[in-house]
Amino acid sequence: MADLQSQNYIRRSATTMTPPAVRNHEEEVAKLIDVSRCIGCKACQSACMEWNNLRPEMEEFKGSYDNPHDLTPSTWTLMRFTEYENDSGDLEWLIRKDGCMHCEDPGCLKACPAPGAIVQYANGIVDFVSDACIGCGYCVKGCPFNIPRVSQDDHKSYKCTLCSDRVSNGLEPACVKSCPTGAIMFGTKADMKSWADERVEELKERGFEHAGLYDPAEVGGTHVMYVLHHADKPSIYAGLPDKPHISLWVGLWKGVIKPAALLAIAAAAVGSFFHSVVAGPNETDDHDEAEARKLMADKGGRP
Amino acid sequence: MNRPKDALTRNSTVTRVNHWITGLFFVLLMLSGLAMFHPGFFFLSYLFGGGQSMRAVHPWFGIVLVISFTGLVIQFWRDNRWRREDTEWLASIGKVLNNQEEGVPEVGRFNAGQKGVFWGMALLIPVLFVTGLVIWEYYFGHATSVETQRIAALLHSLAAIGVILIWIVHVYAALWVKGSMRAMLRGWVTPGWAYRHHRKWFRSLVETGSNGPTPNSK
Repeated sequence: MADLQSQNYIRRSATTMTPPAVRNHEEEVAKLIDVSRCIGCKACQSACMEWNNLRPEMEEFKGSYDNPHDLTPSTWTLMRFTEYENDSGDLEWLIRKDGCMHCEDPGCLKACPAPGAIVQYANGIVDFVSDACIGCGYCVKGCPFNIPRVSQDDHKSYKCTLCSDRVSNGLEPACVKSCPTGAIMFGTKADMKSWADERVEELKERGFEHAGLYDPAEVGGTHVMYVLHHADKPSIYAGLPDKPHISLWVGLWKGVIKPAALLAIAAAAVGSFFHSVVAGPNETDDHDEAEARKLMADKGGRP
Repeated sequence: MNRPKDALTRNSTVTRVNHWITGLFFVLLMLSGLAMFHPGFFFLSYLFGGGQSMRAVHPWFGIVLVISFTGLVIQFWRDNRWRREDTEWLASIGKVLNNQEEGVPEVGRFNAGQKGVFWGMALLIPVLFVTGLVIWEYYFGHATSVETQRIAALLHSLAAIGVILIWIVHVYAALWVKGSMRAMLRGWVTPGWAYRHHRKWFRSLVETGSNGPTPNSK
């Protein structure tokens, strides 16, 4: 949401300014998705479409409950269904609500070349500011979770906003409001973590010994967290990354090379200038012209 | 200054037009590319009508450059083959930089520095072309994996910095060695210029009674 006051931004893409810190006391928020309580009704998907006024394209059936089969520029959250056979040979139906994880250290924002097209608010929400987006797709390369989708129609990148417009007005995200089983919760990150701890204990008592909270430290933690019954292997949940991190390539590209390149270019330009100051121009003199003509005369006049 | 009667043709009209088309698109690519590389240069996007249109035209500029540059490669590659005197010339680069070209090994149509520019560009421009296609979101955003695109973006920026550095050397050398700009703008050089900077080339023209740019050409 572009019309929030800039004091709310703690990070802003492609900008060298110091982020405003006057609201750094603000509580960080988080959405907690309890996968063990999800029944796969897709109410959250519908609520997301309704609140954000999105109309995903109708698709062909692809042999799975996933509908549409992937995130799109107008599908910002998606139930992903996995049929998992556990160690005792029983089938488990794992249903994960996929969407932006709102990383504390957002790879999309790091990769974005358009000033202010991706921002992070003091409450931790990472938001795309569409009118500043240039449609280059760098956010796609920066994201460790494969979330942003660039529209072929308007060349803008889209993803879940964590309903930043609702949250800034004291409301919970639309998906949270719609969830009939309480599998999606919203509050301060601290509250959500302590709530998750209770739930994880419960799950462990019920025999899910590897139950745990998914709040990956490699990206500084996330503002969307999962309670997983098998937190030791997140990737069984439709490819949730075990150790999500901003790619080394993106780190080199956006971290090391940016300043090094500027330095090299400046050095080449300044070096050239001082060569000119010290050595001066290289000019052909009368001696060269005379010698050249002597050679030409030896060969019978002009060449 | 009008072309003197005994001037030598350094670059044909076709070469010059080809060169400046390449140069124009190189500069456009450099400005738009830098704008997308570092926030300090993002203001350059206004030259292209804003970020969206700049992002849209940059790859097309690249296509034009690749076609145009291929024309230069076809015209120049023969005279850019590395020769023994090039290595010797490089060994006396200190003298060259001090404008003392007497006693420096005689070189043909291009010296080792120019050959470095040629081969540097000839190596890096294909890298830029291929990696540029991979990260061309609109047409090829789904053609390769995201991981491939990450590596391509990194290589694209590295190669771009390489060609920009080469370009700075190229432009400065043209300004430094007087007569070079005229050689590419108007196409001709004086016999003294050829004698001073490219004596082997000069001798080959005199031997064959050629006006340049290559021996035997009329």
